[in-house]
Amino acid sequence: MKIVVCAKFVPDATADRRFRPEDNTVDRAGVDGLLSELDEYAVETALTVKEAGDAEVTVLTVGPEQAADAVKKGLQMGADAGVHVLDDAIHGSDAVATSLILSKALAKLEADLVVFGMGSTDGGMGVVPAMVSERLGLPAVTLGSEVTVDGQTVRIRRDGDTASETIEGTLPLVLSVSDQANEPRYPSFKGIMAAKKKPVETWSLADLELTPEQVGGSSAWTEVVEVTARPPRTAGTIVTDEDGSGAAGLVEFLSTNKFL
Amino acid sequence: MSNVLVLVDHTAGAVRKTTAELLTIARRLGEPVAVFVGEGVTDVQAALPALGQYGATKVIALSNPELTQFLVAPKAEALAQVAAKIEPSAILISSNAEGKEIAARLAVKLDSGLITDAVDVVAADGGAVTTQSVFAGNFTVRAKVTHGTPIITVKPNAATPEAAETSPEVEEFDVTISDAAKTARIVESKPREATGRPELTEAAIIVSGGRGTGGDFGPIEAFADSLGAAVGASRAAVDSGWYPHAYQVGQTGKTVSPQLYVAAGISGAIQHRAGMQTSKTIVAVNKDPEAPIFELVDFGVVGDLHKVLPTATEEVTKRKS
Ligand SMILES: Cc1cc2nc3c(=O)[nH]c(=O)nc-3n(C[C@H](O)[C@H](O)[C@H](O)COP(=O)(O)OP(=O)(O)OC[C@H]3O[C@@H](n4cnc5c(N)ncnc54)[C@H](O)[C@@H]3O)c2cc1C
Ligand SMILES: Nc1ncnc2c1ncn2[C@@H]1O[C@H](COP(=O)(O)O)[C@@H](O)[C@H]1O
Repeated sequence: MKIVVCAKFVPDATADRRFRPEDNTVDRAGVDGLLSELDEYAVETALTVKEAGDAEVTVLTVGPEQAADAVKKGLQMGADAGVHVLDDAIHGSDAVATSLILSKALAKLEADLVVFGMGSTDGGMGVVPAMVSERLGLPAVTLGSEVTVDGQTVRIRRDGDTASETIEGTLPLVLSVSDQANEPRYPSFKGIMAAKKKPVETWSLADLELTPEQVGGSSAWTEVVEVTARPPRTAGTIVTDEDGSGAAGLVEFLSTNKFL
Repeated sequence: MSNVLVLVDHTAGAVRKTTAELLTIARRLGEPVAVFVGEGVTDVQAALPALGQYGATKVIALSNPELTQFLVAPKAEALAQVAAKIEPSAILISSNAEGKEIAARLAVKLDSGLITDAVDVVAADGGAVTTQSVFAGNFTVRAKVTHGTPIITVKPNAATPEAAETSPEVEEFDVTISDAAKTARIVESKPREATGRPELTEAAIIVSGGRGTGGDFGPIEAFADSLGAAVGASRAAVDSGWYPHAYQVGQTGKTVSPQLYVAAGISGAIQHRAGMQTSKTIVAVNKDPEAPIFELVDFGVVGDLHKVLPTATEEVTKRKS
């Protein structure tokens, strides 16, 4: 079985994240980045499936030069191969364009099982898996909190708003997993050394028979017209409960602000 | 005037508040046409008064059983067929997991731009301009769709529902569902027990508990009930098995924006903030004065939640009675 994990390189959430003033796109080049934490759960799922049977795991990323780090991390965790779609024309792509690039690459890789994270930690739309499923005409089982792969059948448990559901589909299929699905492994020293010898291919848009006009900022179907940093919150009142007056103070605050 | 499609969010015909919000927003952009996916005619009839109250000019009823049997793909297919006929100027969908997936598929089918998680939508520049909160609530972004039919998913509480009585006609609409859309199915569904508390994403007040509860959500629930609030939890509390995942607030849980958010025994990690930072008023109870949550609060109590909350609950109950 051929498993492909779609993994995104994102700006580090604990560092300074910002927008590029010239075009209001997320600054991906000038900041520290890493493999989106939520995609580690996808890598872990793929590795678990591989270990239970016979499969080859490829990590696929679309992104700038530095995004190679996302592929590398996946390989260090235990994936077998990497593909990095890199092309200057990709800058500024929105979810619709990203899903187009990913689906072309996935078709070329002939994936049986495509694993996604639940959402990228930067854009965070959580829509790319459904878009890829739509483009490839493959079934999708999304937001799995528990995943079992049994022969050709993929079964997930999904904790929805009103119910806990069991959902089933047959390979080839698109799967996305939540951060409840597993505990992603840390790369071992051996894994880090082994990753250096694993094959990584870099593909351009031309390799996917796509033209620059089909992707990137010029073709993006949404436009950010304005970005405003949230004003810092004004410092609040802080009281201590040492003398047991904390609750009274709290209730007084709620009352003054008409919450009672 | 142009038509704006609104996908109705309901359970067996009981229309959710988010739909009233969507209809209110739709009226800013054009004439709201409600699309109702249900089991049969009785459900539509049950929903009709609520849809009319908020100004739906027409209700398009889709009752093909395959729409509810399978996952979202058939619903997206159906909506695409409706859109092809109505040629709306925008499509509004609730921003929950299912809504976002339908919207994603629709964007591909209709060759259209998609904006998710709008916290406001207004008519400007001859179209819809949305407001979104990004990067853990640290930035506000205004955006618009520049290609195709704008598809927008809207978060709960994005608008205050405003009534505008109409008596919409119901139009039955026949859809054809492809085999490809029927490939993933629900094999089992265990409904969650109703708590009697407000829906987390729709609540005006939320009281959340974290690791600091030590596993006992009793004081959190009691305080929430005294305020008529919903209960939330941090991931640490959920991962410890103390509270169900459906109540998790944060990056990988629910994003909430209530009038009042009370965080008790929660440190205020960035991933938690991502889900609550845009709350209007923030209150924290934490025994560590250095806890980062205190950077966000309007009012904070440094103290033990097991002491502070029960006393506060008593006082609130007394004042309210
Ligand atoms: C990919 C990813 C996604 C995540 N998504 C989420 C998410 O969606 N939501 C989320 O919440 N977290 C999320 N997290 C986890 C997040 O990083 C924190 O670990 C988590 O929020 C901590 O929960 P906590 O504040 O309850 O626990 P802690 O950080 O352990 O804080 C407990 C607090 O309770 C206080 N305390 C202890 N005892 C008492 C007492 N008796 N009275 C009063 N105060 C007391 C302590 O002083 C401390 O500040 C995510 C992490 C990752 C990596
Ligand atoms: N540029 C990208 N490269 C590879 N995978 C991606 C990319 N963007 C999104 N994904 C995948 O799609 C999922 C959802 O992304 P999003 O819709 O942006 O929240 C992520 O968790 C990834 O698995």
